[in-house]
Amino acid sequence: MSLVNYATREITCKIVYYGPGRSGKTTNLHYIYSQVPADRKGQMVSLATQTDRTLFFDFLPLDLGTISGFTTRFQLYTVPGQVYYQTTRKLVLQGADGVVFVADSQARQLGENVESMQDLHANLADHGIDARTIPLVIQYNKRDLPEDLLLPVPELDEQLNFRNVPSFAADALHGPGVFETLRAVSELVLRKLSTSGGGRF
Amino acid sequence: MRLDARLRFDTLVVGAGNRLAVAAARAVAESPGTVYNPLFIYGGTGLGKTHLLGGIGHLAEALQPGSEVEYVTLEEFVGQLLAATSTGQIELFSRRYERCSVLLIDDVQFLTGHREMQAELLKLFERMQRAGRQIVLTSDRPPAEIRDVDERLISRLSGGLIVDVTAPDFETRVAILRANCEERHLTFKEGVLEELAQFSFGNVRELQGALNRLVAHQALGVDDAPRPAQPAGRPTGEFEDFLSDVSSVVQEHVESWQARLAEARQYWQGEGYKTGVIERALTLPREPDVAGLLATFAAAIEHLRNLERTATSVDPSLGGNSVFRDPERMAEAEDLVERALAGATPPDGPSPAFVREAFEVSSSNQLAAHAADTVVAEPGTKYNPLLFHGPSGVGKTHLLNAIGNALLASSGGRMVVACVHAQKFIDELIAAIQGGTIERWRLRYRHADALIIDDVQFVAGKERTQDELFLLFNALAGAGKQIVLTSDRTPAEIPDLEARLRSRFEGGLVVPIQAPDRTLRQRLFARYLADAGRPADDALLTLLADQPVQSVREIVGVVNRLGAAADASRTPISVQLARAELGLATPYAGVLAVSTVATRDSVPYDAEKIVWEWPDATARLIEELR
Repeated sequence: MSLVNYATREITCKIVYYGPGRSGKTTNLHYIYSQVPADRKGQMVSLATQTDRTLFFDFLPLDLGTISGFTTRFQLYTVPGQVYYQTTRKLVLQGADGVVFVADSQARQLGENVESMQDLHANLADHGIDARTIPLVIQYNKRDLPEDLLLPVPELDEQLNFRNVPSFAADALHGPGVFETLRAVSELVLRKLSTSGGGRF
Repeated sequence: MRLDARLRFDTLVVGAGNRLAVAAARAVAESPGTVYNPLFIYGGTGLGKTHLLGGIGHLAEALQPGSEVEYVTLEEFVGQLLAATSTGQIELFSRRYERCSVLLIDDVQFLTGHREMQAELLKLFERMQRAGRQIVLTSDRPPAEIRDVDERLISRLSGGLIVDVTAPDFETRVAILRANCEERHLTFKEGVLEELAQFSFGNVRELQGALNRLVAHQALGVDDAPRPAQPAGRPTGEFEDFLSDVSSVVQEHVESWQARLAEARQYWQGEGYKTGVIERALTLPREPDVAGLLATFAAAIEHLRNLERTATSVDPSLGGNSVFRDPERMAEAEDLVERALAGATPPDGPSPAFVREAFEVSSSNQLAAHAADTVVAEPGTKYNPLLFHGPSGVGKTHLLNAIGNALLASSGGRMVVACVHAQKFIDELIAAIQGGTIERWRLRYRHADALIIDDVQFVAGKERTQDELFLLFNALAGAGKQIVLTSDRTPAEIPDLEARLRSRFEGGLVVPIQAPDRTLRQRLFARYLADAGRPADDALLTLLADQPVQSVREIVGVVNRLGAAADASRTPISVQLARAELGLATPYAGVLAVSTVATRDSVPYDAEKIVWEWPDATARLIEELR
């Protein structure tokens, strides 16, 4: 399946929210879901445990309507962050057009962030995807927490953003930064159309 | 009106949204009145149009000291004009503006409705442009979209260069904020301005407004707070913003040519046609000649439709055949139509009555028989054309049809063997010319795998037939199809036969078939008598073989006559009966007959037309003399 199908005049983007457990990936999707006008809302599918941890994945279809004659759909997925859901993560990542890496800005979570980033690279490599070319943005979430708990953005950039991709500070619970992140990744994905001739990767 | 001293090119942040406009403005300022005149800059409010006008004014003044630069908003211009009109000093007004070397007019969208203003402006523009004076205008929309404006004025406004300025992108926003902070000697912690610039402000003024709020927060002692810096004019929800962003990116990157092709593809698929060509064009990395491609495709479809119409007129079952739905199978479709036309009324085939096995061979025709066998074994390659010539009734037609049947048999009936008499060929052609179906007639024959024409000498003197035969001959021979002809004489002896046909007829193998010799005559008599269920002894066969018959047809005639006589007398055919019936009762008659044979052999005329029962009368004459 290609990203842009000129035959059926459809654009379908699959964007995967990746990151360590409890970094706020599902929260991102919930905030986006809350902002979508009722007529465009698809069913948000969330397979969560009783303690609200993502068990399998969350799926949020976004129907953007017709743009330039193309029926445009975004599919937002999250992966379960917990280390032991490795297979699911890999599965969800398959066929992704773009990735949002949601990092936990708390200083004590830095190790998990780094580990998850390495995991992302490993899984991309397993799918035969060049991590340097896939549209990727990083979100430093939980900026609403007391500052003494957080690492400053430049330091997080230093630790995680070695490829110098767009990065955003965000507070997914209340909204700031959520759409900026989504917008950035969407733009990267769509821009890729012109260089990759519409195919995936 | 004085220009704001701060509005200079060096204080203008250049980004993707205004790069072209800035380049044009600089060019105009450096050489007013020469490059783009007028220069028309449009774009949303607060994107730096006035700043550009200021830049042009300051730079032009700096480069050409003493040159007069006039900056005016349209509103002021209208006010001045009205005042000049009311005090009767319109001349003064005009002269003032004609004198300046660069006229900068801001916000010309307010021209709407001011008819007399427009007329005045038009006159002014004409005079200024003639005098090589630069005019620069700004508006929030392109000239064509300014409502209620004189066409002539619009065309004049559009006559130079029209450039737009758009909202700054992220990097430009950061640059603007930094430039602004520098100018105002403000400092923020690292990342603050970038954070602020993340919000997609619709214009620079909003951006500056947000910066001002940040400055105010800072002054109040609140630590840098990027979050509340929501732009003032922010429309509805974040989702809509996101949507419009995605829209513009899609518009930018999903090229319209692909959309056009996809549309055409959908249309033709809806019509039931295969669109492989368009699909492949869609995968091209670059824009092909879309209009040309689609026109060619439409033409191909039209051709397919015509072919389908033609095919269904012959055979309705061909309607909807898949070859008529795929422009890439055009050749197949054409072939199918050709076959349909040819197959609807195939040319006559050989008569099944004549088979090679029944053709008796002797020295008089063995060359012909051998040539015929070779042609059957290797049609179209060895002897092409094969032409038999010889007198009537010697078996040319038999051999001809035998070849046709053998070809049919060897191909398992798949070959189309056209086997016609020349007269039929001519009659069909005339009918085709009359009925306007000449093309179909041609296709019928051109479709044939072998062409066999009997008595081809008939075409002599018939100009059109020779033309058609010439074309057909070339088409078939060129395609390696076998051609077999017969004639009553050699091609060279056929009068009024065009040289081009004659040379072609002679180009293969020309074989004579002679009148049956004695051996053949005896064998033929034996065979025909046996076929008639009347076995003959050697004496009878010797007697009969001695008869001076010139053709096989005569032999058949003799056998039939003997059979009838035998039936009448209720006796088997004997030597006596034969003698009596053939008028060979006396030895004299036999002598005479022998001499007749000698005479006839030497004279090349048609034996059929000769009354050869003369010996009967002679015998009677001798009887009377006794």
